[in-house]
Amino acid sequence: MAPRFVYAPAPESRAVVNLRPSYGLFIDGEFVEPIDGGQFKTENPSSQEVLAEVSSAGLADVDRAVRAARRAHEEVWGPMPGRERSKYIFRVARILQERSRELAVLESLDNGKPIKESRDVDVPLAAAHFFYYAGWADKLAYAGLGPGPKPLGVAGQVIPWNFPLLMAAWKLAPALATGNTCVLKPAETTPLSALLLAEILQQADLPAGVVNIITGAGDTGAALVAHPGLDKVTFTGSTEVGKQIQRRLAGTGRRLTLELGGKAANIVFEDAPLSQAVEGIVNGIFFNQGQVCCAGSRLLVQEPIAESVVEALKRRLETLRLGDPLDKNTDIGAINSSTQLDKIRALAASGEAEGAQRWSPSCTLPERGYWFPPTLFTGVVPAQRIAREEIFGPVLSVLTFRTPDEAVEKANNTTYGLSAGIWTEKGSRILHMAARLRAGVVWANTFNRFDPSSPFGGYRESGFGREGGRHGLEAYLEGSLDG
Amino acid sequence: MVDRGRDPARTGGVPPRGRNSGLADVARSEVSLRSFLLGLPGVDQVGAELRAAGLGARSIKAAAKLWAIDTAISMVDLTTLEGADTPGKVRALCGKARRPDPADPGVPPVAAICVYPDLVPFAKAALAGSPVKVASVATSFPSGRACLPVKLADVADAVAAGADEVDMVIDRGAFLAGHYGVVLEEVQAVKESCGPARLKVILETGELVTYDNVRRASWIAMVGGADFVKTSTGKVSPAATPPVALVMLEAVREFADVSGTAVGVKVAGGVRTTKDAIKYLVLVNEVAGEAWLEPDRFRIGASGLLNDLLMQRYKQRRGAYAGSQDFSVE
Repeated sequence: MAPRFVYAPAPESRAVVNLRPSYGLFIDGEFVEPIDGGQFKTENPSSQEVLAEVSSAGLADVDRAVRAARRAHEEVWGPMPGRERSKYIFRVARILQERSRELAVLESLDNGKPIKESRDVDVPLAAAHFFYYAGWADKLAYAGLGPGPKPLGVAGQVIPWNFPLLMAAWKLAPALATGNTCVLKPAETTPLSALLLAEILQQADLPAGVVNIITGAGDTGAALVAHPGLDKVTFTGSTEVGKQIQRRLAGTGRRLTLELGGKAANIVFEDAPLSQAVEGIVNGIFFNQGQVCCAGSRLLVQEPIAESVVEALKRRLETLRLGDPLDKNTDIGAINSSTQLDKIRALAASGEAEGAQRWSPSCTLPERGYWFPPTLFTGVVPAQRIAREEIFGPVLSVLTFRTPDEAVEKANNTTYGLSAGIWTEKGSRILHMAARLRAGVVWANTFNRFDPSSPFGGYRESGFGREGGRHGLEAYLEGSLDG
Repeated sequence: MVDRGRDPARTGGVPPRGRNSGLADVARSEVSLRSFLLGLPGVDQVGAELRAAGLGARSIKAAAKLWAIDTAISMVDLTTLEGADTPGKVRALCGKARRPDPADPGVPPVAAICVYPDLVPFAKAALAGSPVKVASVATSFPSGRACLPVKLADVADAVAAGADEVDMVIDRGAFLAGHYGVVLEEVQAVKESCGPARLKVILETGELVTYDNVRRASWIAMVGGADFVKTSTGKVSPAATPPVALVMLEAVREFADVSGTAVGVKVAGGVRTTKDAIKYLVLVNEVAGEAWLEPDRFRIGASGLLNDLLMQRYKQRRGAYAGSQDFSVE
């Protein structure tokens, strides 16, 4: 039977975005051509259309950016009173809001995420981070880090492709508020929103060199984090690269914050609010196509309700709308790159090979672009790869448990420790579980909710250091909240 | 307590609810009813409101909007429930119900007219030969504060006057006091008095306040024999809200899964714009499922909404807005 209520396409207009054919590097307040780098193309992962040519920073470019940041720190940004710094940061926040539609469309074009997410999550949260930390800039003496906490100096910041603008905001806003200057390296596949942010920083009259944005691939990032002119390195990305960076920085005395992978348990007890738990499971693993470090990729469901939860999940997944990321009704967009798609495919294949049952709703994948359907694995046991490795895609592994202790044991049985979710109507159980879960973030009766005032970060192979909140200041100031 | 499931004759030939699903046992005693209701999964307020807001952000354009507008018109229960209602007012409304836009015969008639019991004969006469149903509120609407015989007399009066549908109110006082059996027995008794008339059970969710209560009251109504569960009388604020509708739509879907009987949902009060109406249709489509997208299973109780639907319909078809005087005001 043909569906009765067919939603007509409702695409957000691309006209609001003014793409240039090519972009230079943003160094010392100007867009400049690379000295010893090259050019690469960035494409729309939902159509494989080339969006723009972007510069790749070489060693000399990295050096130039770090020097510009050092000069800006010593001459302008470091000596500037916090109340003056905050004015610039507030201005950036306001311009982000004013240009929010443009940023959202650009983010969806370059990343492949649905416009409803870039519009309602990425961009508003990015602006919220600048607003939040702008408020801290003249109140650092009250942050619990001593009477006059000093900035570290120059921060090298390498960010991933899953939340390009939001991760730039998470890195830049606290660094700027605390008086540091920055060299930011966006991911190779998603440079465009950071370059638009560079234009916004110009529009806000941010002094030259305070923020430098250099695009490029992994070698640019490696050159940046190894640069001896930095005082601080922060990295968000894969655990593998995080380990390389930590080895590289060992013994240098440079401060490091790492926000790496995860394999979060989303634990559903039999007394959970089931409809909302199903929504939370869906949001936990299919938000941003599961390309989220804190995704709830392991569903731990109590045995008495396992069958009905899986049935309800399947029914719900049938209503997900996969397709054009710019369509306002799209729930599931494109996978960011062919590399990532290959990785998801390989891990999903391992799940089948190792005996788990694979299920996806009936949905047609577009012919061009990188797509993977929302996927459930049932019959998953802890010894399978899909129960242990981070898939970073729209793939949920369903496991069961019998008692709260077993849930804790299974949830903690991972090398990661970034996030976890608990679903129960029993308040005391939430507190009991939260105290025992080794995860930096524990959500109760919700999942994947973020706020600039709330610290975020991991345990063990999920990294160290916190971003967001008062704790996020510590990463960029001398002194520590503990001491 | 009456076990309706045991005596098909008492339900006017309607198959007993949940004969093979154990639902008949739910109504067996106060204890079984209570443990069933308290055993339903809770509703998390934050999550339910987030989900409703998320569905409210769907963008319905072009052909989808045209379809939705006509569907919404066909689901309207055109309502007047004022102390000042007169036969003349009701006749005017019936004219509108049969043919909402005299300039455009393509506009479907609405689903029903909803009036007080004493005005049913006038509505019935005015709607003779049309597919538009006559619904009557009853059971000491809107407060429901009367003894059961008075409420049943009210129902009998409406049915005798020819009402095709009866909109009863539950005893919110009994519900909030935890006397779920009293609420259920009233629904069952009213259902019996309805005879062939279809029964809509008004929960008055604005007085039940919590979503847990909305879910439990929906189940009482459905077990009791409701053909529709309805949000509100329109006399209490808040009336219908998207999260309340979401909880009720989930309840009817679950009830259909368990019992095989599809119960409808009626949102009433506060639905004034086409945009609001379309948001409810999206909720129906994505929560209960597309089988609920018909006037037998979803209704919107409203008065002013109809002209806004007509105005948006005109705009969608002709590309320009009509003036406010281009549509009749009753």
